[in-house]
Amino acid sequence: MIRVELVKLLRRPRTWISVVLTCALPFVVAVFITVTHLVPPPGQGSAFLSAVLRDGALYPAAALALVLPVFLPVAVAVVAGDSIAGEATTGTLRYLLVRPVGRTRLLVAKLISVIAYVLIVVLAVTFTAYATGVFLLGPSRAAAVGLAPGAGGTAGPGVAGGPGPGLAGQAPTAGQAAAGAVTSLSGTPLGLLQLTERIGGAIAFITVSMLGVAAIALFLSTITDSALGSALGALAALVASEVLVTLNAATVVQPYLPTRYWLAWIDFFREPVFWRDIQRGFGIQAVYVVVFLAAAWANFSTRDITA
Amino acid sequence: MITTSALTKRYGAVTAVRSVDLDVREGDRYGLLGPNGSGKTTLVRMLLGLVYATSGEIEVLGRRMPRHAREVLPQIGALIEEPAAYPHLSGRANLALLDAAGPGGREARRTRRRRVDEALEQVGLAGVGRRPVRAYSLGMRQRLGLAAALIRRPRLLILDEPGNGLDPRGIRDLRELIIGLNDAGVTVFLSSHLLAEVEQLCTRVGVLDAGRLVLQDDLAVLRAPTGQVLVDTPDADQVAALLDGQVEHRDGQQLLVRYEDAAALNARLVGAGLRVSAIGPHQRTLEEIVLSVTGAGSDQLGGSS
Repeated sequence: MIRVELVKLLRRPRTWISVVLTCALPFVVAVFITVTHLVPPPGQGSAFLSAVLRDGALYPAAALALVLPVFLPVAVAVVAGDSIAGEATTGTLRYLLVRPVGRTRLLVAKLISVIAYVLIVVLAVTFTAYATGVFLLGPSRAAAVGLAPGAGGTAGPGVAGGPGPGLAGQAPTAGQAAAGAVTSLSGTPLGLLQLTERIGGAIAFITVSMLGVAAIALFLSTITDSALGSALGALAALVASEVLVTLNAATVVQPYLPTRYWLAWIDFFREPVFWRDIQRGFGIQAVYVVVFLAAAWANFSTRDITA
Repeated sequence: MITTSALTKRYGAVTAVRSVDLDVREGDRYGLLGPNGSGKTTLVRMLLGLVYATSGEIEVLGRRMPRHAREVLPQIGALIEEPAAYPHLSGRANLALLDAAGPGGREARRTRRRRVDEALEQVGLAGVGRRPVRAYSLGMRQRLGLAAALIRRPRLLILDEPGNGLDPRGIRDLRELIIGLNDAGVTVFLSSHLLAEVEQLCTRVGVLDAGRLVLQDDLAVLRAPTGQVLVDTPDADQVAALLDGQVEHRDGQQLLVRYEDAAALNARLVGAGLRVSAIGPHQRTLEEIVLSVTGAGSDQLGGSS
């Protein structure tokens, strides 16, 4: 059944259109930056954008920061919201269930195909952004990265204090920039291996963050037969969370909001890695995933299928 | 093959299916009749484990449903209301995907292509299996739905309104297909609101009215001669005079006469010098049978307790 769901995902035009569109946004941004050489000053605007002018190889991180707030959650909510409700609308749900496909198995297969979708999008963004960064924003000097002085840790630990958008120390020292290594947000150079590891960590974190959205959308998808309704419902939950995250009066609930730690993956690019928010982010997403999947299962396995 | 006892489904205050005792035997071509909204679809969905019964029991192929759905359902082919398919995929890809979704290991995988071809052939879609379903007509979709029911070579077919969307030729093809499968040992349970379709196709009939099974019997028993003879004669007045007291109904040239043997009556009329255009034992049509057991509209409205 899992294989069947993956085949359905991969053979669906929507999957690839959304991947292309998601990759197109960072590409367009890169083109503008290349032409104008205008970027937001460090600490403002989307994360990493100020750094990519010096280091094209850092562009995947910038690209992920661009698509994470809106594009990625919208795409995931649409795919996950469509998973059960869409099958109900087309009528294929009843034919799958009498094949028979166990209801729990169907739900698990749907979840796995959503995870696969998130990975496809995130990896596609990462690779196209790397290519874009290298070709448009200057050579990565990746060959030189390994040779770069790896011991420039002087600026490191002290700067790791500000999680979230207020990124301190984005400007590396002149000497390190000249050395041509990719620089961490804390100003220290990162080796190629380190960079790969950290981008891998970021991808894992973003995927898990999207699973929270997916679980909410999947749950709504078992309640209603409207794919649109469940996708919009999940997005409404995210927008509400985003509003509350920026509201000082809501400080009490902020640590429990699904989008509170969404940007914590940026901390992978600090030196040393700033783990606190990353761990909290993983934790809170795990809670959302478990709670909403359990609710989806409880609802779906006992429901009359009348669609 | 299918037995239910006191099967009941309530949606809130509405009782969709009310204490139904269904009895479908092996080898039957069973037709479940009833107007739209009489509970046919709910009943079919309960048999297949899609809708859970409020009370009562269901046994399909000798096993309790929905508890043993995993063993029972692979032996059933089902068409539930409209057919459904993924529009961007071809008919063939849809069937293969649906088959792959179900249980079955290497053996199922090995025979899949052949079974899909066979099913497409059976429903007359062999030539268009590679076209995307988006481009299919309503009738072709219906045929594809039937093919999907057939890929597992089921022992029991449960077809909800199988004639929907088919043109006259499609309906004839469907009838021949169902009779052919039935001859090969497949039990067929179908629901319909088309009396003529059921009358031509089925060997056993159940009638559902406002959620109640008001009739269930073999069609041959239901349509047994009534002990009356239908006479068509241009000399209707003379015939009526001759058979005074035995004529139960008269409609123009047609007379309904209480008489045991049509041939004997014919001989008597001809012997009396009366002309006979047509004569034969009277059988009730399925329509008359159904109308005699289903209540008027007011009854359906009244039965909301």
